[in-house]
Amino acid sequence: MSGAATSEERARTGARAGQPVSASTDIGMPGLRDVPATDAPQNKKDFTSDQEVRWCPGCGDYAVLASVQGFLPDLGLARENIVFVSGIGCSSRFPYYMNTYGMHSIHGRAPAIATGLAASRPDLSVWVVTGDGDALSIGGNHLIHALRRNVNMTILLFNNRIYGLTKGQYSPTSEQGKVTKSTPMGSLESPFNPVSLALGAEATFVARTIDSDRAHLTSVLSAAAAHRGTSLVEIYQNCNIFNDGAFEILKNEDSRDEVLIRLEQGEPVRFGAEGQYGVRRDPASGGFEVGPSDDPNLVVHDATDDDPTQAFGLSRLADPGTLARSPIGIFRQVDRPAYGDLMAEQLDEAVAAKGDGDLGALLRGSDTWTVG
Amino acid sequence: MTVKQVREIDRVVIRFAGDSGDGMQLTGDRFTAETASFGNDLSTLPNFPAEIRAPAGTMPGVSSFQLHFANYDILTPGDAPDVLVAMNPAALRANAGDLPKGATIIVDTADFTSRALKKAGYESNPLEDGSLSAYKVHTVDLSGITMEALTPFGLSRKEASRSKNMFALGLVSWMYGRSIDGTVNFLEEKFAGKENIRDANIAALRAGWNYGETTEDFAVRYEVKPAALPSGTYRNITGNLALSYGMIAAAKQSGLPLFLGSYPITPASDILHELSKHKRFGVRTFQAEDEVAAIGAALGASFGGALGVTTTSGPGVALKGETVGLAVSLELPLVLVDVQRGGPSTGMPTKTEQADLLQVLYGRNGESPVPVVAASSPSDCFDAAIEAVRIAVTYRTPVVLLSDGYLANGSEPWHIPDVDTLPAIAPGFATEPNHQADGDEKPAEFWPYLRDPQTLARPWAVPGTAGLEHRVGGIEKLDGAGSISYDPANHDRMVRLRQAKVDGIAGIPDLDVDDPNGDAQLLVLGWGSTYGPIGAAVRRARRAGHSIAQAHLRHLNPMPANTGEVLRSYDRVLVPEMNLGQLALLLRGRYLVDVVSYNRVRGLPFKAEELADVIMEEVGSL
Repeated sequence: MSGAATSEERARTGARAGQPVSASTDIGMPGLRDVPATDAPQNKKDFTSDQEVRWCPGCGDYAVLASVQGFLPDLGLARENIVFVSGIGCSSRFPYYMNTYGMHSIHGRAPAIATGLAASRPDLSVWVVTGDGDALSIGGNHLIHALRRNVNMTILLFNNRIYGLTKGQYSPTSEQGKVTKSTPMGSLESPFNPVSLALGAEATFVARTIDSDRAHLTSVLSAAAAHRGTSLVEIYQNCNIFNDGAFEILKNEDSRDEVLIRLEQGEPVRFGAEGQYGVRRDPASGGFEVGPSDDPNLVVHDATDDDPTQAFGLSRLADPGTLARSPIGIFRQVDRPAYGDLMAEQLDEAVAAKGDGDLGALLRGSDTWTVG
Repeated sequence: MTVKQVREIDRVVIRFAGDSGDGMQLTGDRFTAETASFGNDLSTLPNFPAEIRAPAGTMPGVSSFQLHFANYDILTPGDAPDVLVAMNPAALRANAGDLPKGATIIVDTADFTSRALKKAGYESNPLEDGSLSAYKVHTVDLSGITMEALTPFGLSRKEASRSKNMFALGLVSWMYGRSIDGTVNFLEEKFAGKENIRDANIAALRAGWNYGETTEDFAVRYEVKPAALPSGTYRNITGNLALSYGMIAAAKQSGLPLFLGSYPITPASDILHELSKHKRFGVRTFQAEDEVAAIGAALGASFGGALGVTTTSGPGVALKGETVGLAVSLELPLVLVDVQRGGPSTGMPTKTEQADLLQVLYGRNGESPVPVVAASSPSDCFDAAIEAVRIAVTYRTPVVLLSDGYLANGSEPWHIPDVDTLPAIAPGFATEPNHQADGDEKPAEFWPYLRDPQTLARPWAVPGTAGLEHRVGGIEKLDGAGSISYDPANHDRMVRLRQAKVDGIAGIPDLDVDDPNGDAQLLVLGWGSTYGPIGAAVRRARRAGHSIAQAHLRHLNPMPANTGEVLRSYDRVLVPEMNLGQLALLLRGRYLVDVVSYNRVRGLPFKAEELADVIMEEVGSL
């Protein structure tokens, strides 16, 4: 029950727009402030529905599902106040396996549907489950606008760099030159970097994690749930049928330490098997580059910096093809009023100014006349 | 001072016409408000270009507002104006063709220069070449007199000439004995804080009135006495406003918070604007990034127990189709308002049409039945909105509410209802598990698709309700339990159940036929905004001695139970529509009755005279 949001913790933190919130400071879980808690003990089984899970054996989705089902009891929330909304794709079957409220909707539209739900029901913990095709191709518009508005919800973007459910076409995150059924001579398009995209769309919480690293995944999910506003978590997820090994260099014991950058709040950005590399800024160009780790001017990671420049710079370190030098962790975590809270405030202000609406007076208006 | 003659008349049609920037819609609105307060029955037809400011002085830039008012109940904004107020040569040229011989023209002469005449397409000056000899023409230098009257305010020429619409309003108000007090109040409120502009406009308005009173050119005033409407309290209302109020009322009657998801689109945007003003009724309005998000957010809100509404026009309906299909599958309440406009594609955004009927009925993949309700007049938009919500909430289904550009912007007096008489709408949220397997020791379960045997509606269990956690989605459900099912027989059953639910919607009154003599052989059947023109045309035909039956469909899906019987009891059924025969196609297909279609798709409502001719031709051929 360590993460349970008690009433005390749910009291307004007093944080204001533009004031960074320290990621390391315990401020409770503002994202879940209005969600009822339960004292009843919960376990993973409580969050497991009676539906048979039908992903392909070996799919990375299983690990994410297990992590979510395993971590949710720690939040201590009333289960009936949790909703998972998904679009279309392999990962979007996720809500069927969660014993919460859920909606499996249509392709790309989950952020829009979740926006209406979250904006009108602040007492719900709203989760969106989506994939690279769902969120970045057909639903790209809804994703960027949800991030811009800062609707209070957590978006889990399962990125396997391929279309799985339609059997193996390239996706908007596939590397250029990808040979698939629809691109027998190689794909022609540059991929999206979902973290860069989210930062450009004014997101207030952006993180990346990997399906196989349960501890990291859980810690990122926990911070995402705690954040008030839209949290985007990109999860590198292996499709062992159509794109097996897409993240192998980031997972393989022999290569991962050389190419995976673990972002730690308040720490200089270092990586390498011996910690021999570091990230610094070129004083002339301002660009981000990798150098030796003993450079005195290494970048110190601060996700709470209101200026997204450094977070964006770090997101650009990854090679768009191989994903070498991919940072994982929380890129950005800043406080900005959530859309639903602002909407509710306007309703309250209107009532405070003129009282509750009087239907009879509204219908009569100001210009009437009487007959008979 | 001359003594003016007062002549009593029973009805008049006035059209104000000018450049889109001349304030003709405002002038018309104000004259309408004063006319409504006076107690006349009235009907209005605003007509404006899609371009916000087309080049000044050109035909495409002409904006007009037509008002028909009378001392009896009227049904349309009138076929042809008795009075045209034309603010420039283009406005004259664009509208003169609609005038019957003997009509009155009040024309602002300020802009009749050779350049302006040429811009409007005149080869010679119509005020001098005798081409207007069939009309009573009042030439007034409206702009010049206005500017002169406003000299004390020290405004620029441009600013002063902007008040010429108020001068024209004052003059016409004098002609028809309308008060200008309401407009003075309106100007005081509108220009509070801009005292000079406020006072200049009021001065222009009064100058117009006084001009009528003093100048010899206007020798006659006209009086149109109040209409004998049923007793009660009235106000003037447009369709979009009535529809907005209907939604607020329905939310209150159902106890559900209203959530509007909308994307700006002509001619529906005013509903978004209006509902955005009423936050103290708990109304949440969400201006979405696109049409798809607008309906998606509304559906998400419905899932959470709100009254989800989305408003749009035809192109938006096309984009929302997939989400309507999802709502059919989820079986959640949702109202989609389609304020129809000229199509296809962008078509004619500011003009009216009723060509979306087949789109809203059939424009989705799969068997996707959706109830459809159509409003018949501006004030009827209020009741139609409540009816759409009743069906949506009671039957857990998306409902399409059809309006159109004519209803949206047109106005008429509205007999304000007593809020205590509005129907109650019961959401009846599920609160308990509803299924216990026989002999099972396990606790009772919640089956989201276990239907009410009467209505076939499924239970609506909203998040936050403990013990009823469930998943819904667009994949076919197992009847009852609601889990995913690809079973062929189950799919066939679910397709039929969804259809049967819509077909079985109760509370739809029988089609009411108005056949005063009881011996009519011809039935004229319409739907939507053609109610007024058809009614006016039928009256004309009856006055000419013909027996005519008239009926109007409000529910397009399902149709009233007696529809087939009614159709078959007449020798001929005439169906006028502002499309190429969409209702006619449905009637022929469903009832095997060979109805006669009459179609015009001009972006304008039917004229009563035109329809009366068609009706009499049909009667004559029987």
